[in-house]
Amino acid sequence: MNNNKTYRIHFLILLIVLLLCFLVNICLGSISIPLGNVIEGLFGTLENETWQIIIKDFRLPKAITAILVGSGLGISGLLMQTLFRNPLAGPFVLGISSGASLGVAIIILGSGLFGGVFATYLISKWSIVIAASLGSFLVLLAVLAVSSKVRDTMAILIIGLMFGSITAAVVSVLSYFSTAEQLQQYIFWGFGSLSNLSWNELSLFFGLYILGLFLAVFSIKNLNSLLLGDNYAKSLGLSLKRSRLVIILATSLIAGTITAFAGPIAFIGLAIPHLTRQIFRTSNHRILLPAVLLFGAIVMLVCDSIAQLPSSDYVLPINAITALVGAPVVIWLLVRQRKMMF
Amino acid sequence: MTKKNLNIILKTENLSIGYKTKREDLMVASNINIELEKGKLIGLVGANGIGKSTLLRTLIKVQPSLSGLILINNKDLNQTRVQELAKQLSIVLTEQMTSKNLSVYELVALGRHPYTNWVGNLSQNDIEIINKSLELVNISNLKDKKCFELSDGQLQKVMIARAMAQDTEIIVLDEPTTHLDMYHKAYILKLLQKLTKETGKTILFSSHEIELAIQLCDTMIVMTNNDVICNQPCNLISEGIFETLFPKDLIKFDNSTGSFRVSK
Repeated sequence: MNNNKTYRIHFLILLIVLLLCFLVNICLGSISIPLGNVIEGLFGTLENETWQIIIKDFRLPKAITAILVGSGLGISGLLMQTLFRNPLAGPFVLGISSGASLGVAIIILGSGLFGGVFATYLISKWSIVIAASLGSFLVLLAVLAVSSKVRDTMAILIIGLMFGSITAAVVSVLSYFSTAEQLQQYIFWGFGSLSNLSWNELSLFFGLYILGLFLAVFSIKNLNSLLLGDNYAKSLGLSLKRSRLVIILATSLIAGTITAFAGPIAFIGLAIPHLTRQIFRTSNHRILLPAVLLFGAIVMLVCDSIAQLPSSDYVLPINAITALVGAPVVIWLLVRQRKMMF
Repeated sequence: MTKKNLNIILKTENLSIGYKTKREDLMVASNINIELEKGKLIGLVGANGIGKSTLLRTLIKVQPSLSGLILINNKDLNQTRVQELAKQLSIVLTEQMTSKNLSVYELVALGRHPYTNWVGNLSQNDIEIINKSLELVNISNLKDKKCFELSDGQLQKVMIARAMAQDTEIIVLDEPTTHLDMYHKAYILKLLQKLTKETGKTILFSSHEIELAIQLCDTMIVMTNNDVICNQPCNLISEGIFETLFPKDLIKFDNSTGSFRVSK
């Protein structure tokens, strides 16, 4: 549109910042690796073999995970906020994370019910990923089934919240009957984690993410029509049911995959679209969607770098860092601008 | 007769409107037979709660009719797909848009959606139509403003420009003059008249500005408790239709001036 030029500069800056954050994120960790060596390591020409292994098998997958998680959650949040015309909506309003939590809770907390050797076999990494995916997928199916019957978009929002309450209640009951170790394990999953993804897992993650992203990009035009409200959107030739379905599917694919592989990471999905709107000062999704993608990736990389506590062996829970760093920024932006953009 | 038929763009046959509930149908109005001619400005008037909005919402396919037919260009509205309808009919509603964070230009450009590709790229032709719509409604100077910066009157003009950009033969407006001062009420209705004259579009609007509508409209649809009447304003006056619009205890229609007077 007519002011595309100014946005081009915004995007250029975001891209450069993203690249810098990506490199710095790989530099930092329990041992710091100099920037020059990191770049050599990325091309696989590093002489120090320990460093080469650290970069290739640990830090690079983790940085890529951070980018996928941050951008994915940001985009899902944006889709939900526009679909539900609600600035408080996030990627998990449809109950996706509570579904995943339920799946994981049944595996970890309910494993006592299966007993003995079988229980320890169950709690492997893949079983948790599968349980989380199954949980969120089942909740999603329920929401989709209901939403095809309901004409009002707002009702879907409430239904999603209700599904969340139900699953949370089941998790409470399960945890009441669990041992301390099981509870601890469940809570650790809830902290979220970007590390420990192998290249195989990462490629599956990436494939599903791209599929969801494709659906989201396909919805850009419809999202813009939806900014006018359902009736106007319909008068512009939009099939409400179909576009609603595509948007919900995109969100579930992205947010569900992320929750399965990295845990229920809060805050990013809610905050990134708001931060982006404040900076870009527009609701046009052709600009917002790529901006949210870049911005989410940057924020997640920064949060991950902080969570590593550079030069120490401690790794803080990523879920705490996102809110600790993010919430003050959102408050500061809103207070400074005195006006929320939506 | 056949020549007249060619000019009819929107027609209803024994249309009943209302709300379907599980137990029964709540009929709001029935036996509606109206014919709207091409290139005319048509005002829809009636008391509060008589069903003006219900009729408009039924005509634009936001809500289903109870029975009867709606024909647009001789095609049954129920058989028309929304994508097709979007190129024939555009709307301006009373409901607020969800986001006022778009610029005027972006908002008017949304009107081109039925014609753009899957990602919404504007062609040179689209841009020309958008600029022409902005000019017609006289808001070219506002195009870089954000919608939340506009007054109610300006916003109404922007929404009309958006409907113009959709490039449809029919534009339907639901109470475009609410919340506006007397000057802007007249301005908006005069603008609608100008648009029908200059572009040949058919514009149907509902309004409580009966006196302005009488002066500006080519045709008026009057909804009373018993009937829906469609005729030229001067005929409606001489038939004494406006006197039946409201209960007579408070206001009276004066045929000689075409306006309402408070009974003393």
